Amino acid sequence: MSHRTVVAAIVASAVLGLAAAPTEVMAQARDQIRIVGSSTVFPFTTAVAEQFGRAGRFRTPVVESTGTGGGMRLFCAGIGPAHPDFTNASRRMTAAEFDTCQRNGVTEIIEMPVGFDGIVIAVRKGSPKFDLTREQIWKALARQVPVNGQLVNNPYQRWNEIDPSLPNAPIEIIGPPPTSGTRDSFVELVLDVGCRNVPEIRAIQDNRARQQACQAIREDGKFVEGGENDNLIVQRLAADRTGTLMGVFGFSYLDQNTDKIEGKTVDGVEPTYENIASGKYPVSRSMFVYAKRAHIDVIPGMREFIAEYMSDRAMNAETGYLAQRGLIVHPAANRARFREEVMNLRLMTRP
Amino acid sequence: MMQPLHAPPNEAGVSALPRRVAESMMPTEERIGSRHTDAAAEARLRARYAAQRRFKAYGVLAIGVAIGALLWLLITLLSNGVTAFVQTNLRLAITFDPAVVDPQGNQSPESLAQGDFGRVIRDALRQRFPDAQGRVAVRNLLALLSSGAEFELRDRVIADPSMIGTTQPVWVLASSDVDMFRKGFFEKAADGGAGGRLNAQQVAWIEELAASGDLALQWNRLFFKAGDSRDPELVGVLGGVLGSFFTLFVCLVLAFPFGVAAAIYLEEFAPKNRFTDIIEVNINNLAAVPSIIFGLLGLAVFLNFFGMPRSAPLVGGIVLALMSLPTIIIASRAALRAVPPSIREAAYGLGASKMQVVLHHVLPLGLPGMLTGSIIAMAQALGETAPLLMIGMVAFIVDIPQGLTSSATALPVQIFMWADNPERGFVEKTSAAIIVLLAFLLTMNAIAIFLRKKFERRW
Repeated sequence: MSHRTVVAAIVASAVLGLAAAPTEVMAQARDQIRIVGSSTVFPFTTAVAEQFGRAGRFRTPVVESTGTGGGMRLFCAGIGPAHPDFTNASRRMTAAEFDTCQRNGVTEIIEMPVGFDGIVIAVRKGSPKFDLTREQIWKALARQVPVNGQLVNNPYQRWNEIDPSLPNAPIEIIGPPPTSGTRDSFVELVLDVGCRNVPEIRAIQDNRARQQACQAIREDGKFVEGGENDNLIVQRLAADRTGTLMGVFGFSYLDQNTDKIEGKTVDGVEPTYENIASGKYPVSRSMFVYAKRAHIDVIPGMREFIAEYMSDRAMNAETGYLAQRGLIVHPAANRARFREEVMNLRLMTRP
Repeated sequence: MMQPLHAPPNEAGVSALPRRVAESMMPTEERIGSRHTDAAAEARLRARYAAQRRFKAYGVLAIGVAIGALLWLLITLLSNGVTAFVQTNLRLAITFDPAVVDPQGNQSPESLAQGDFGRVIRDALRQRFPDAQGRVAVRNLLALLSSGAEFELRDRVIADPSMIGTTQPVWVLASSDVDMFRKGFFEKAADGGAGGRLNAQQVAWIEELAASGDLALQWNRLFFKAGDSRDPELVGVLGGVLGSFFTLFVCLVLAFPFGVAAAIYLEEFAPKNRFTDIIEVNINNLAAVPSIIFGLLGLAVFLNFFGMPRSAPLVGGIVLALMSLPTIIIASRAALRAVPPSIREAAYGLGASKMQVVLHHVLPLGLPGMLTGSIIAMAQALGETAPLLMIGMVAFIVDIPQGLTSSATALPVQIFMWADNPERGFVEKTSAAIIVLLAFLLTMNAIAIFLRKKFERRW
């Protein structure tokens, strides 16, 4: 390699690199829908996006999994091609998020109720069956529990110490880390409810202290944070020979692995599709997708994407491709109403 | 060790006196059993040899553990992932009714694109199993087909329109559940079903197809020409591979010239003062900064300030270039320093200017080392996901990226995302994608070795 070519190559590539950067950046108009938000809704929105792209009229939307909170921040940052068109949420938009949106010019928002996600407590298939109540789960997991009228550091090592009717098996639970939306919902739907009727907790006057007492999870190794990857929790449950290990994750992972694991009944209700859809199973949450009204008719395909998401082809409880992926859809009557409201671009009010 | 024990001459030679004189001065009993040949000395020597053997054994053990771990990783990967390179297909006698598949009747691609290929496949499957009656049974039967089968068939017919109007046996893609069962990942349950996903009747259908040879594993072409998908049987790595390629291209084009230029200046021209010392310390520090920080920088500067597009390989490449610059500068400076001073002195002796010395002699000789350092930095950049998270490259992207600004993801990101999917079929696809990533890395390292061997000079 002669020195001249070397120098020429270096200079040329540097110039090329510098020149390439600014020219291409200016291409601002966007012909592709962009979606951000919850990792729980992600599997369903991506399925709709893929189906939508296959029809061939529009480009397949890009879906990012940023978590509900992260999605709201991006979504509410403003109007224009630099900001996403939709955001997935595994809970409703909060009033504070709505206000942020308003401040940044995202004044017109359409709320699409998508369905429910159940949070299951699963064990290896074939483990001894016993019912759990949310109060028992709270007692097994809380950092401090009442013993003889006093809140003390959680002394329970085995289930039958909590309630003699439960089997003599060690308490071992793997669950999601605090960064996960599943954890937020688990805390809200199981722990907050589980401690509600405990007299020692009710006696706490200060709201924040009471909330703290309800939501704090023990850190003595009985509860293990399993990481964001729910498949790993499933694998660990399936590999657990004793059958006492329990895992906490979303219903779709149970649905895909029913040959290896099974869901525990909570408050006497089994975590099945039907029970979650009918609202009988207590540990379930609503999922939403939010759309920007101002982007409709500017970003091509948004109307059609909403139509695809709310269509019977996707949402039908029996044949819909989202239902087949484990999405628990709203009952048919509600679905029809939601579809009509969303297709008429009804704007949401402050939550 | 039973060999005769001779003390090495130099150890005895601490005394300045010639050996014989020294021995003659010693008392008699010591002369017979010298300090270096008596029992204690032999024991000491044995201990030293034993220490050396132990040290060697530790080394062998360390390498053994490393090789064992590597083999374990590779074997798990291969055993999990190798099945992903083949995919289960069904053979069905499909009737290509022109009225259904070619609505305009002119066999043009536009007309065929509107054709209902899903219907001809579904009709063929229902004809094959007329016993499936009733809504539930038909739905179970159709669940054996992949939702992407019709699009693949459409592309095949567009390529060969002579199939229209005929009835012929065609292989179509089976669903992931069938594929998992065929590959043995689903165990048959007591009720005749399998994997909790297939019921007894579906298993019976699959077994009937297999018995007549109409169910077979075939080379998974889709895996190398498709992008992401939510169906494990339809996924491909091409989107990730091209995304990684574009990202690395931008990274190399930016980082290599800047890195080399910085290294040449700092090593050959820069004065040694407090300012250059500070720069040097900072370069070394930057090389150790966690990569997510560069992602945050990319988000703040390139996306929010310059308004560059999200998810673009261009931004990914710039961020990774910033991340690999310190590594390249450090490696390039080492390569320049390794050029022998005699070369420079000879060039100066012939009257070359400083710039001539550097550009004509030092740089060409240091270049192989710089290339190696750069390719190692690139390989490191190839494996990064954390900085890409912040700039939107961790996303579900089906379309194959067409250029530097189209939305793209990267190969390690693809692996990360597939590992998180609930569908069982993604387990093998994840391993297969890791195999592809390793092959990519191996190719890059092979290029690095080739370049080094080709241009390397030895003195």
